[in-house]
Amino acid sequence: MIVAEQKSLDEIKSLIGSANKVLVVGCGTCVTVCFAGGSREAAIMSSSLRMSSKLDGVPRNVSDVTVQRQCEWEYLDTISKQVEEADIVLSLGCGIGVQAIAEHFPNTWVVPGLNTTFMGLPLEQGVWAERCAACGDCILGLTGGICPIARCSKSLLNGPCGGSEDGHCEIDPEIPCAWQLIYDRLSSMDKLDVLMELQAPKNWQTSRDGGPRKIIREDLRLVGEEE
Amino acid sequence: MVDTDSYQIVAYCCEHCAYGAADLAGGLRLQYPPEVKIVLIPCTGKIDTLMVLHAFEAGIDGVMVAGCLPGDCHYLEGNENANRRIERIKNLLEQIGLEPERVNMYNLSSAMAGEFTVIVEETTNKIISIGKNPLLEERLR
Repeated sequence: MIVAEQKSLDEIKSLIGSANKVLVVGCGTCVTVCFAGGSREAAIMSSSLRMSSKLDGVPRNVSDVTVQRQCEWEYLDTISKQVEEADIVLSLGCGIGVQAIAEHFPNTWVVPGLNTTFMGLPLEQGVWAERCAACGDCILGLTGGICPIARCSKSLLNGPCGGSEDGHCEIDPEIPCAWQLIYDRLSSMDKLDVLMELQAPKNWQTSRDGGPRKIIREDLRLVGEEE
Repeated sequence: MVDTDSYQIVAYCCEHCAYGAADLAGGLRLQYPPEVKIVLIPCTGKIDTLMVLHAFEAGIDGVMVAGCLPGDCHYLEGNENANRRIERIKNLLEQIGLEPERVNMYNLSSAMAGEFTVIVEETTNKIISIGKNPLLEERLR
């Protein structure tokens, strides 16, 4: 899932500026499960903004609504009336949600309420960790299902660096060394020979190095919807 | 509607401890400040950030949450989870511009009727020293 965390109320208030009618838009998918921007967080944000603005002496009309997914036009269509009536939209979606609102409602000023942080998983309730960097050329089949791009601080592809100490990373002793994890896992599964296979240099063009990415599936496109 | 003249404090009391203590205090004819209004909850683990914020938005001056003694939660750890949530609510109140001391968490057992009245008195005095909730419109004017 995409993991995000809320910006401070002060930063959000400065983004909102002098707008009076504020619509807080939550998202019912990733940011709901990471407790950053679901319907409950949208209601908390809306209540906090109403109170804070009132105390500042500039009461605002703040309401909230949550859509199933901010990153799909169909769901955004369901709130078009509320969006049009608002002076500003505070999106509690990830960066994709904010951009989807901006793209779908060209006359609406939208600001982000979250800092989109990474793609990861919950280790326990309240703790999330990064697991994927979306490099576009997955090598998990060579590393025992542990990603060195996302989990090694240097994204090394050929073993640990000199900063690996007692299985942990030099940048933070709380961070496990990804290559230690890879070695331990392959070793426990008697598959260390995988590491002996020579690999060609990774093609980073599939990552951000090739510019903004796009996937087109001709078999799924509908004739009437082609750009 | 919130009475704008007197202080209003909501006490969210767990039914397995603080609510019983309040009941016992009543049975023993112990006196405690009338500013505190008791709300029965099944466990302090039920405390939700939004319900506390809504109480303040409605003009409540203070909130006290009373749960079981550490280690005695009927649902094992609801009281300890509530404690963490209260810290988050305090942080939110600070960002909003309200005093975090308006929210307080206490732990007691259902036999602690005397302690309950002491806690209620302590909370009431604390909230009175902070002052009324400035959000209530009548007060803002």
